[in-house]
Amino acid sequence: MKKTELLFLKEDVDIPYNWAAGRYGSLFLTRLRDEGKFIGNRCPSCGKVYLPPRVVCGPCFTPPEEIVELGDTGTLVSYSVVNYPFIDPETGSRRPIPYTLGYIRLDGCDTYLSHFVDETDPAKLTPGLRVKAVFRPREERTGRLQDVLHFKIVD
Amino acid sequence: MTNVAIVGAAQTPYRRRRDDASLAELVHEVTVAALADAGLEMGDIDNIVTVSNDFWDGRTISSMAVMDASGSSYAGGKNVSTVEGDGTFGLFYGAMRILSGVYRTTLVVAHSKGSEGDPMMITNSMFDYIYTRPLGLEFISSCALQARRYMDKYGLTEADFALVSVKNRRNALRNPYAQLAGELTVEEVLASPVLADPLKRHDLSPISDGAAAVILADSPVALRLGRKPVWLKGGAFCSEDHFLGDRDLAEAPALREASRRAFEMAGVTDPFREIDVVELYDACSYMELLWLEEMGFCPRGEGGTLIRSGETAPEGSLPVNPSGGVLSAHAVLVAGLARVIEVVLQLRGEAGPRQLGPKPVELGLAHGINGPCGQSHCVLVLGA
Ligand SMILES: [Zn+2]
Repeated sequence: MKKTELLFLKEDVDIPYNWAAGRYGSLFLTRLRDEGKFIGNRCPSCGKVYLPPRVVCGPCFTPPEEIVELGDTGTLVSYSVVNYPFIDPETGSRRPIPYTLGYIRLDGCDTYLSHFVDETDPAKLTPGLRVKAVFRPREERTGRLQDVLHFKIVD
Repeated sequence: MTNVAIVGAAQTPYRRRRDDASLAELVHEVTVAALADAGLEMGDIDNIVTVSNDFWDGRTISSMAVMDASGSSYAGGKNVSTVEGDGTFGLFYGAMRILSGVYRTTLVVAHSKGSEGDPMMITNSMFDYIYTRPLGLEFISSCALQARRYMDKYGLTEADFALVSVKNRRNALRNPYAQLAGELTVEEVLASPVLADPLKRHDLSPISDGAAAVILADSPVALRLGRKPVWLKGGAFCSEDHFLGDRDLAEAPALREASRRAFEMAGVTDPFREIDVVELYDACSYMELLWLEEMGFCPRGEGGTLIRSGETAPEGSLPVNPSGGVLSAHAVLVAGLARVIEVVLQLRGEAGPRQLGPKPVELGLAHGINGPCGQSHCVLVLGA
């Protein structure tokens, strides 16, 4: 039998969305933009403080209605220095490597925030380091999590 | 109530790129092979569960495109439903349909091609689009956060994780369906390129193309067929919160609970002694140890001790991933069914050069995950 020539169809898909941040998300992002502050919300049933604030405490299935203001410092619980090329979902172009992703527990909060840490030397990173949020200048903030530039080590 | 048996199983070899077959061709291939394995024909199948994911396939309602290939339009049409999650979840759903009493036979078929889309963009897209997706978190970097957290909280080391890659890639040498196989040393794993520390190239599963199918039947049908049935003795799946930050990544309470329920259903009280083979979802090396701990095969933090003891090697008392595991072939969604199929082959005594023994294999566990860092877990206890 004659060998089949294999064909391929290449397509670059661009499917735009316009996502609602919702009531709690909008509150969180506007406070971040206007005041440079993190807010969370506390579950009245188990006391857990959530960041970002959200409509329900999953385990209790109770609305965490109490808004809690959080500080801008916390503890680096886990991290990874990322070393492979990645297309930045924000810009559509390749992000410079290495960069560091952190898993950060803000003081007074019971969930972990994922964000960048501005240290890429593995020798200078260890779980338990104290970190502090670095905000973009007010005029550059647009109401997105990226209004926080990164976290810096303050130990 | 009837019992549910796996009466047919088939999979494609897993390869980096299956240029020679479209998704429908892969699905058709394993559907026909699973029917032949069961000694059934399409007319004998009462209903179908397909397993697929729209982002991986690059189309909305991806299941629709493989329905004819899985037999759904045969002779006027069959009841077909879809699971967008790992194949083990599809199997669980298929089993429930038989337990409903409405259906006597269910075909469960999963497909995926990692080669056709962009795995980093696709796995980035499983994260929240406001709070985590813009950071670039995807499969590898989220797993790196979990690995570091696990190491820090329970004192495991990168060398412990490397032993998993060494074992599973060696096991894959005896599995022609595996994609990556070889004799690695711990030193080679540790010296492989760091992608997202602490994870290195050899800590990670490959990108794969493939499909797999199993046929489930109720007791009367299973006992009528010539082939030795493999019974579903227990099964459960549980899920955690969606936000990565809501979970302590060193813990997998959903797996703890799913295992507890599945073992209770199967009457297993001492899993380490009673289970003869485990096939689990080791998308990264560290996962094998974390999942074994959370399933109760060893105390928390003792995963490193367990792998160093050699007990999880094929000749040990608790062989884990004798197929080579997900580390040796990772067709997303299909990989859980591949775990099931390896347990089925081991229980039937049909695993060829990697058949475990001489002690007979009578009870096995197959495990699948869904969502970032094991957000959901499905545990299936299978017995001869
Ligand atoms: Zn609560």
